[in-house]
Amino acid sequence: MATATYTGTEKPNYLNWKTSVASWLLTYDHKRIAILYLVSISVFFLMGGLAAALIRMELATPRGDLLTSDIYNKMFTTHGVIMIFLFLIPSIPAVFGNFLLPLMIGARDVAFPRLNLLSWYFFMAGALMVLIALFRGGIDTGWTFYTPYSSSFAKGEVSLAIVGVFLAGFASIFTGINFLVTIHKMRAPGMTWFRLPLFVWAMYATSLIQVLGTPVVAITLLLVAVERTFRIGIFDPNLGGDPILYQHLFWFYSHPAVYIMILPAMGVISEVISAFSKRRVFGYHFVAFSSLAIAIIGFLVWGHHMFSTGQSMYAGIVFSFLTWIVAIPSAIKTFNWMATIWKGRVHWDTPMLYALGFMGLFVIGGLTGLHLAAMATNVHLTDTYFIVAHFHYVMVGGAIMGYLAALHFWWPKMTGRMYPEGWGKLAAMLVFVGFNLTFFPQFILGYMGMPRRYHSYPEEWAVLNVLSTAGSSVLGLGYLLPVIYLTWSLKYGKVVTERNPWGARGLEWELVDPVPDPHNFERTPIVTRPAYDYGHPEEPTGFVPKPRPVVVGGKDG
Amino acid sequence: MAGHSDSHVHPVSLYTRTLWWLMALLVLTVVAGYIPNVPNWLGVVIALTIAVWKATIVIMNFMHVRFSGKLAWLFAGAGFFWLIIMLAFAFADYVSRPWEPFHGWPE
Repeated sequence: MATATYTGTEKPNYLNWKTSVASWLLTYDHKRIAILYLVSISVFFLMGGLAAALIRMELATPRGDLLTSDIYNKMFTTHGVIMIFLFLIPSIPAVFGNFLLPLMIGARDVAFPRLNLLSWYFFMAGALMVLIALFRGGIDTGWTFYTPYSSSFAKGEVSLAIVGVFLAGFASIFTGINFLVTIHKMRAPGMTWFRLPLFVWAMYATSLIQVLGTPVVAITLLLVAVERTFRIGIFDPNLGGDPILYQHLFWFYSHPAVYIMILPAMGVISEVISAFSKRRVFGYHFVAFSSLAIAIIGFLVWGHHMFSTGQSMYAGIVFSFLTWIVAIPSAIKTFNWMATIWKGRVHWDTPMLYALGFMGLFVIGGLTGLHLAAMATNVHLTDTYFIVAHFHYVMVGGAIMGYLAALHFWWPKMTGRMYPEGWGKLAAMLVFVGFNLTFFPQFILGYMGMPRRYHSYPEEWAVLNVLSTAGSSVLGLGYLLPVIYLTWSLKYGKVVTERNPWGARGLEWELVDPVPDPHNFERTPIVTRPAYDYGHPEEPTGFVPKPRPVVVGGKDG
Repeated sequence: MAGHSDSHVHPVSLYTRTLWWLMALLVLTVVAGYIPNVPNWLGVVIALTIAVWKATIVIMNFMHVRFSGKLAWLFAGAGFFWLIIMLAFAFADYVSRPWEPFHGWPE
C-alpha cells in the first residue's frame, strides 16, 4: 500500500511525516499507538456513558417504567464491562504511558514497538468481541461474571464476551511487559532511578500489576467459558465445582485492577501538581516507593470483596487487617501532594483544577473504603449503593479526573494546539459539581439500605435518586464539553510554538519539539538534574549532545 | 547492558530433550492418577510436584531463564512468589472454613 510521506516545509513531526491510513494502522511509533488508543477508548467511553445515562434515567422514578428489569440488568453489565475493561484499564497506561514514557526517560521508543502495536490489535479484537456480545442480545452477568450464574444459567453470548475480555487482558499484559523492560533498559544516560519522573514510577508499579495479575483473571474467565461450553465442573457446585474459588481467583486480579486504574492517575497528579505549584514534589522518595507499596500490598487484600459471600471469618479478619494497611501508602501520597502545594506558586489552570478535584474525590473514595474494610460495617453495606458510590469516587472521581488532568496537561504536546482555557475550567467545575451531586446521595442511599442492581425502589428513596440523576446530567455535560472543545482545538486552537507552554520541568517539555519529532530526540539526551528541579530554573534537566564533528584527514588520513 | 547474556546459539537437542522430558512427565501424571489406594492429599502432592517440575523445565529451557541475567531470574521468581501468595491466601480460607458438603460433591 502506498504511503504518503512528508513533503511540507515545516519541520516534520510525528503527526505529519506520514499521513496515509496504513501509516497509522501499521505504525510502530509509540506516540501514534497512543493516539490510536486515545481515539478507541474515547469511543468506548461515550458508549459506556450512554449506558450509564439510561441507568440514571430509569432510576429517576421509583417505578421501573423506562427499562424492564432484564434490560436494566443488561444495561449495567454493558456499562461496567465497557467502562472497566475497554476504558479505565487501558486509559492512562495505554494512552499517556505509551506517549510519554519514552519521552520522559530519553528513549526513542518503547523496548518492543511491534509488541506495542500488537497490543492495540489485541485490544481492538477483544473490544469487538465484547461489543458483538453486547449488541447480540446483551449479557446480564454484571461485569464480575460471578459463577455459577455466568457459567450455568445466564443467557446470551457470555463466552464471547469472556473471550473478548481475555484478549483485552493480553493487550494489557503486553503493555506492562513493554513498560517494565523499557524502564529497566532504555533510560538515557544520567536518568537514574531517583531522577525518574513520578509518573514513570507509577507506570512501573502499574506494569507489575498488569504482568503479575492479569494472567490470573484471563485464565479464570476462560475457565468460566470452559465450564459453560463443555460443562466441566470448576465453579458450579452442581458439577462438583466451587463458586467461592471463582471469587478468589477473580478478585486476586480485580482488586489490584483498581490500582491499575488509580496508580497511573496518581502519577499524573504528581506531575501536574508539581508543574502548577512550581515546586519539587515533596517527599519524592516516599511518593515513589508508595507506588510500589500500593502495587504489592494491593495483591493481599482481595478477600475484602468476599466478607459476606461464604469466605471463612478467619480469612476475613486477615484480609480486613491488610486492607487497612493499604490505605497508608495512599495517604502518604495525598499528604505529600498537599505539602507540595503548600507555599508553592499555585497556577489555577485547567489541569490543576482536575488535579485538585482528584485529591478531594480520591480522599472521599479512599476513606469510605475503610468503612468497607471493617467487617462489621461491610456486612451492612455490601451490595448497597454505598459500594457503588465508593468505587465511583475512586474509579471515576480518581482515575477519570486524573485522565482528564493528563489530557489537558499534555494536549499541547500531543497535538501542537491549545484548547480554550475558559471552557476547560468550566468543564472541570461541571465535572466536579456534577460528580458529587451524582454520587454523594448514593452514599446516603446505601447507608439507608438501597440495594444495587435493581431497576425500581420504594418511594422514600426518590428524592436522593432524583438528585443523583440530576447530577449525572451535569456530569454528562462536563464530559461532553471536552469532547467538543478539544476536537475544535485540533483545527482552530491556538498553535503552540514553544516547547514548554506550562513552564514545566522534564525531558518531554524541555528537550522535545512542540509536537514531537518522529524519533523523539535528535540524539540520545544526557540527563544532568533530578526531576522537578524548579529551584534551579536556569539549569535544564538534561541536554541533547551536539553531533561529533567529522574529522577529515588527520595524521592517518 | 548487564543482565542478559542470551546471545549464544542453543542446540536443537536442548529443545527436543525438553520436549521428551515434558512428554515423560505427562505420562507420569496420568499413571500417578490411576494408582489405586492413594490418599487424596498424596495424589494432590504428587500431581503438584510433577506440575512444578514441568513448569520449571519450560521456564528454564524454553523461556531461556537459565541463560539470562539476574533481573530475569528476579522477575521469574516474583511470578512464582505471587502464585504462592494467591494459593496460600486462598487455601487459608478453605482450611479455616467450616466445611459443609453440598449435593454433587464427591464423597
